[in-house]
Amino acid sequence: MPVWQALYEELGSEGFVPITIALDRAEDARPFIEASKATHPSLIDEAHRTAELYHIVNVPTIIWIDESGRICRPHDSQYATDTFTAFHKKLSGPYLDMIRDWVRTGAGAMSAEEIRAHQPIPDEASQLARVERAVAWHLLQDGRAEAAEPHFERAVELAPKDWTIARGSMPLRGGNPFGPEFFALAEKGKFDYALEALTPTHAPEDPEASPGSG
Amino acid sequence: MEYTILDDGRTIPVSADAVTTPEPGRLLIEAEALEASLGWELKPEGLCRGDVCVPVRDRAALVEGARIDLGAFAEVLGRPVVIDSQERVAALGTAASSQAASMASLDAPDFELPDLAGRLHTLSEHRGKKALLIAYASW
Repeated sequence: MPVWQALYEELGSEGFVPITIALDRAEDARPFIEASKATHPSLIDEAHRTAELYHIVNVPTIIWIDESGRICRPHDSQYATDTFTAFHKKLSGPYLDMIRDWVRTGAGAMSAEEIRAHQPIPDEASQLARVERAVAWHLLQDGRAEAAEPHFERAVELAPKDWTIARGSMPLRGGNPFGPEFFALAEKGKFDYALEALTPTHAPEDPEASPGSG
Repeated sequence: MEYTILDDGRTIPVSADAVTTPEPGRLLIEAEALEASLGWELKPEGLCRGDVCVPVRDRAALVEGARIDLGAFAEVLGRPVVIDSQERVAALGTAASSQAASMASLDAPDFELPDLAGRLHTLSEHRGKKALLIAYASW
């Protein structure tokens, strides 16, 4: 978050805006947003509306949108810092440089065919899972946690690899997304990186090498 | 207690008088209330909204007197549906094919979301800029 705010301060005057979207309850997102002293649009999506509209299945997910409102680089699992690089093997620096290049020269935008080839594909189960999640969230918000539970359960059954549903609902269901319930699923292979195979940007692990693209 | 229909990001209250639930998981809604809440009307040519009409193959499954079966309605439109009659809530989602077509168009769908202060923001207000959507979470 502080990195996106810094990038906004650096490139905002060049026609760039980062829109950060927390797929979280406001109370869970608040510390992140307040710590970054965000002046860029820093939004809360409790109902997972953007996950529905863009078929977002994991976080972080980054999508580039050009001046005319068209997607020019699809769902990418990239990081603003190197805090978890040991785990995901990605360096943030080359990716942030790619963004700077894009803002200044337009480089890094992908062709329509390339974008479509890298988009995650929705299917009937994943779409039904989102509806179950919507019902669960509605009931939970209305104070009906017990009635929400079977809907959360079905949502996870339908889309076990969708982190926005399977892992994202853990705190809502009184679970711990960093606790044994997460690692139990991870061990069963249900929590592989849903997006990893599709991620278009493979930034090099060697910081001396040039940023990868496509 | 009224019913709630969740449709495409909207939360729509429906009067209890307009709904019957003959059995668990089944929900019948008055045709007029369906039109008022979801915008679809049953006509001789099928289910219609604006200029669009979707043919109905099995009218008997869809219509019961003046009421329409919400599950059959969703099936006609090819949309995923969840009905929790006990909790008086139903939700309609987006068909996988529509979602795939929307994504393949590469048009970035607009949305409206609040910030921490409750102020609403849209994507479209940033038209003319290069925008980065960054979905993240505490989990």
